[in-house]
Amino acid sequence: MDEPVLTTHNLSIGYGSPQRTHYDRAGPRLIATALNVCLRAGELVCLLGPNGVGKSTLMRTLAGMQPALAGEVRLAGTPISALRPHDLARRLSVVLTERVEVGQLSAYALVALGRHPYTDWLGRLTPDDETVVRRAIEAVGAVALAHRPVHELSDGERQRIMIARALAQDPVVLLLDEPTAFLDLPRRVELMHLLRHLARSSRQALLLSTHDLDLALRCADVLWLMTPDGTLLAGAPEDLVLNGAFAAAFRGEGVTFDVASGTFRLNAPTHGPVQLRGTGLPMQWTARALERAGFALATGPEPTQMRVTVLSDGDGPRWQSQIAGATYMHTSVYELITWLRGIVDGA
Amino acid sequence: METTRGTSITAATGATEQAWPRLGLRVVVLAGLLAGLITVFLLSLMLGSVRIPLAEVLRILLGGQPERATWATIVLNFRLPRALTATLAGAALAVSGLQMQTLFRNPLADPFVLGISSGASLGVALVVLSVGIAASAPLLAVAGLLSNISLVLAACLGSAAVLLLVLLLARHVQSSVSLLILGIMIGYLTGAIVSLLLYFSIVERIQAYLMWTFGSFGGVTWSQMHVLAPTILIGLGLAFTLSKSLNALLLGEAYAHSMGLPVRVARFWIIVSASMLAGAVTAFCGPIAFLGIAVPHFCRNLFATSDHRVLMPAVMVMGAICAISADLIAQMPGRDTVLPLNAVMALIGAPVVLWIILRRARLYR
Repeated sequence: MDEPVLTTHNLSIGYGSPQRTHYDRAGPRLIATALNVCLRAGELVCLLGPNGVGKSTLMRTLAGMQPALAGEVRLAGTPISALRPHDLARRLSVVLTERVEVGQLSAYALVALGRHPYTDWLGRLTPDDETVVRRAIEAVGAVALAHRPVHELSDGERQRIMIARALAQDPVVLLLDEPTAFLDLPRRVELMHLLRHLARSSRQALLLSTHDLDLALRCADVLWLMTPDGTLLAGAPEDLVLNGAFAAAFRGEGVTFDVASGTFRLNAPTHGPVQLRGTGLPMQWTARALERAGFALATGPEPTQMRVTVLSDGDGPRWQSQIAGATYMHTSVYELITWLRGIVDGA
Repeated sequence: METTRGTSITAATGATEQAWPRLGLRVVVLAGLLAGLITVFLLSLMLGSVRIPLAEVLRILLGGQPERATWATIVLNFRLPRALTATLAGAALAVSGLQMQTLFRNPLADPFVLGISSGASLGVALVVLSVGIAASAPLLAVAGLLSNISLVLAACLGSAAVLLLVLLLARHVQSSVSLLILGIMIGYLTGAIVSLLLYFSIVERIQAYLMWTFGSFGGVTWSQMHVLAPTILIGLGLAFTLSKSLNALLLGEAYAHSMGLPVRVARFWIIVSASMLAGAVTAFCGPIAFLGIAVPHFCRNLFATSDHRVLMPAVMVMGAICAISADLIAQMPGRDTVLPLNAVMALIGAPVVLWIILRRARLYR
């Protein structure tokens, strides 16, 4: 296993200076203490946690954008507070949540800004700098965007360019604060795959915070789970699911984590149980519909009050429901669900 | 300036590399701007209440004897310092405006957002309007108000005082937005004091003060040029070295910091150079509005970039062209009347800027 490139040592994060000053009478506000985690080269780490738990504060502290209240962050063994600004910028770069308006810049010019820590006093690019910029643009698959003005790009395109800019800093560690926030689902999946590929191919350590639990579970090598009580749990996604940490971190937000399927359910079932019979895809999707409508599915073979059978003979699926001895036929899932809801609500 | 140094890569790796954009200065456009500057500069030496032919102007500039001896006096003692002042002031205000717009990431920012001109106005108002000090004030109003050194001194002191205050506060203020609000508040404060002074003053003095607020490039003598020119050249040089920092600030302070820019240090020097430029111009020429806000927009559109390595020289030249042109028009060649410079500038400039913005709105929305 690789040596960690970024480590935290009893790190405390939060706001306010450790000493009371006349600016800050309330003293420091601690968000999390005694954090000991690390990032390794080539790994994609996702930072997850409920809203307001301090993910951004942690990101900002790791990036050296706000001071640690106690402990320290080290890059390859050197505390980041001891690094000069441009030395830190050569090792660590960020993609922030805020959407920047840069005025009139081409995508290429924006990525080239990432060479800031390397260029001379006038910011001139050497041929080597240009090579790095081009490679960064190629790495995010944005060659076709290079000429376009940034303000004409879509959110997804813009995010790629911002990642290319961070790559142009040629960092060891790349921190991304909610990079998927403004994107639609296909773009999110695309971006996560891109980031995972980048981590592997460039041997950089990538940390991104996200609200996309499902995507994080599937794509991350390591998850950092931040809980409201200020602890940070790290581990492979599967480990955190199996030991219950994942479910515990997100409990009480109106969703329940279903360990069997690895997905979140909106709420616990309120009706049922329903015995479902059938085969193949129609049966699976009917099961989903019933769960969404709040019906628990019967697990055992013994007959229940409500039964649904998916009939897959001839032209396509049809649905038969049996409730208290009476049998009804339905031609779509929508009809079936509406009918069952009517029965349950009426009773 | 950088053009392309990547040509060797292009040659080595083949035709696909041609697709990459080029950064850096558009030399042709800048050369065109420079030609424009020389043209309006010469025009401003030729035109005025008396028209002097180009050949004679050139002869005078090269130290020769013109057809009429008075022409040499007119060109050397009046028009040349005036044109030079306009050139310097135009460049200074445009650069200062560009810096403020980038620093505050606000297209409405101008050289005076930090209260520099309000400070100068207060200084001048104190001299002109206050009853005790200005025993010579009625005299001033009659005899070429702006040539009077005490006004320049007062304006300098006023803008320097505000500048120092802003710099002191800037060290304690975290965000640039707070700084912006601070500057605006200083503007209100000084404005209020000026209003009070105006209210308790007599008509002649109020008129004298108003004359100063109209702005003029005509009041700078050769001896004053010894102060104005070096101040502005130093300010411009400083601004030029800050191009890289300003480029980083295009992405906002958080990103700039993440790219290794010491944001507070950079901000300090940006304010110093912008204030030096705006302060010097205001002290010698009065509060000249508009140039500082309009020229950066104009250049961003003309060069289609926000890259300060391109914009910095571009706004210098464009600012000078605009200042000289406005001054030319204000003098109404062939007549003896001179229109207020600020009014001319806004009357012609505002529709131009409106047109640019509307055109852009059509393009991008």
